[in-house]
Amino acid sequence: MKDWALLVELGGVVLLLAIASRLAARYGFSPIPLFLLAGLAFGEGGVIPLVTAEGFIEAGAQIGLVLLLFSLGLEYSAHELVGSLRTNAVSGVVDGVLNFTPGFLAGLVLGWGATASLFLGGVTYISSSGVVARLLDELGWMGNREAPTVLSILVIEDLVMAVYLPVVTILLVGGTAGSLAGSIALSFLVVGGILAVAARYGPAISRAVFSHSDEALLLAILGLLLLTAGLTERLNVSAAVGAFLAGIVFSGAAADRAQALLRPLRDLFAAVFFVFFGFQIDPGSIPSAAPAALLLALVGVGTKLATGWWSARRAGVGPRARWRAGTALVARGEFSIVIAGLAVAAGLEPELGPLAATYVLILAVAGPILARVADCRRAAPRPAS
Amino acid sequence: MTDVNEVRLPGVGVRYEFVTSRGARVAVIHHRSGLRELVVYDETDPDTSREILRLDADDGRTLVDLLGGSHVAQELTKLQQSVEGLAIDWLPVPAGTPYSERTIGDTQARTRTGTSIVAVLRGDEAIPAPGPELQLHVDDTLVVVGTPRGIEELVVILRTG
Repeated sequence: MKDWALLVELGGVVLLLAIASRLAARYGFSPIPLFLLAGLAFGEGGVIPLVTAEGFIEAGAQIGLVLLLFSLGLEYSAHELVGSLRTNAVSGVVDGVLNFTPGFLAGLVLGWGATASLFLGGVTYISSSGVVARLLDELGWMGNREAPTVLSILVIEDLVMAVYLPVVTILLVGGTAGSLAGSIALSFLVVGGILAVAARYGPAISRAVFSHSDEALLLAILGLLLLTAGLTERLNVSAAVGAFLAGIVFSGAAADRAQALLRPLRDLFAAVFFVFFGFQIDPGSIPSAAPAALLLALVGVGTKLATGWWSARRAGVGPRARWRAGTALVARGEFSIVIAGLAVAAGLEPELGPLAATYVLILAVAGPILARVADCRRAAPRPAS
Repeated sequence: MTDVNEVRLPGVGVRYEFVTSRGARVAVIHHRSGLRELVVYDETDPDTSREILRLDADDGRTLVDLLGGSHVAQELTKLQQSVEGLAIDWLPVPAGTPYSERTIGDTQARTRTGTSIVAVLRGDEAIPAPGPELQLHVDDTLVVVGTPRGIEELVVILRTG
């Protein structure tokens, strides 16, 4: 009987993740690195390789990816996206150039193809909105003058992903220059179309879906979400982008309720997603990837510090706040894994997975630590929450 | 009213900032989750805030009540809209009133006019739902609820007894 084995394995995995999450909360850092480590331990060549639960974890990882991006999209309204672009577009460009280039060049230096290098550029580029937003909140930085700048950069990065992900997904499939251009044009049409629908009919759709019954609302939103994700994947736009855009379409009461209803599901499946990523990596390949990852991480800290410093100065805040903005942006996390995950699933470049995992392991931990160091007003007593 | 500066925090909510008459910079952060944060800025570094309080929606309302009582007024307006023929008024306790330093009970407002005194505004302070034992002072403002006619009668009673 395999049924009991599946349940036991799943139970063991989830329980281990619970312990990891608890540890992370206790010491105030993101649980993502621990989830990745757990995945490494469960995978082939790991400490306790899983046998029966693999299929479930793979499917769960896909749902996790969709939920992760959907809830990210829910956070923003189309209005906020446009507003951020208007005020901080220049910072967004600086952020992109400074942080994408190191990864892209590193890929080329390592002798990877252009496509794999594009993926590594994406991995080094994008900050973890999840980790950064939580950091701002925990350190009480939301009131600080640099907070809007930092948040706007995150919004722009996420929006860039809506363009970046379809492009790299199509490059992954490959083809002639002509067919690539055609697919890319089509995907932009899809993205543009969904954004236009969001701006125009978002509120109406949200009202139509909204129901006072939690069950009906949850099922309706989950159904629409998986459908959108699946169909956009079919159009080569990537399920991740479809889910993100679907999140933007929803707003108002439907979005608030959906956010609350989906949170437990998202937490569970997102954890599964990170585990699955670690799962696909052979732990034996980590040591050889570590030097490059460490070097890239050092550069990645520097370029994000520069980005935050420059953008905050542009917003007219003082030196200390500029450093805070820089340190807040250092953490990389879920999005880097999402990007690397696409390449790993396609079997693009065997070194990319271990390199990205190590890179995120380092920066998901280093980012919050740096931010706490920059937070020199620790001496002030913290109020009770 | 003081100039309130509104700053959007994408994905989080909105921050409202203002400078108090004594020069302190204060902000209230409205999180979309319903959480409210009250922060005060460092005097030497205007970029750095210090969190004073985290409040949920209920706490926020309580604090507003304690600070100014505008919530009382809001609730009354709502009430007035829902009950036809109900009037709400703000009546000053006039100089020369026979009820100065006497209690609400002494006015027998409800028995004589059917009008209820639902709050007393004294200086910057608001006393919601005062008991009959509360002493009135000249220059208090009474928030009263009743029929328009009853309120007119109460005005006369306050002036002449």
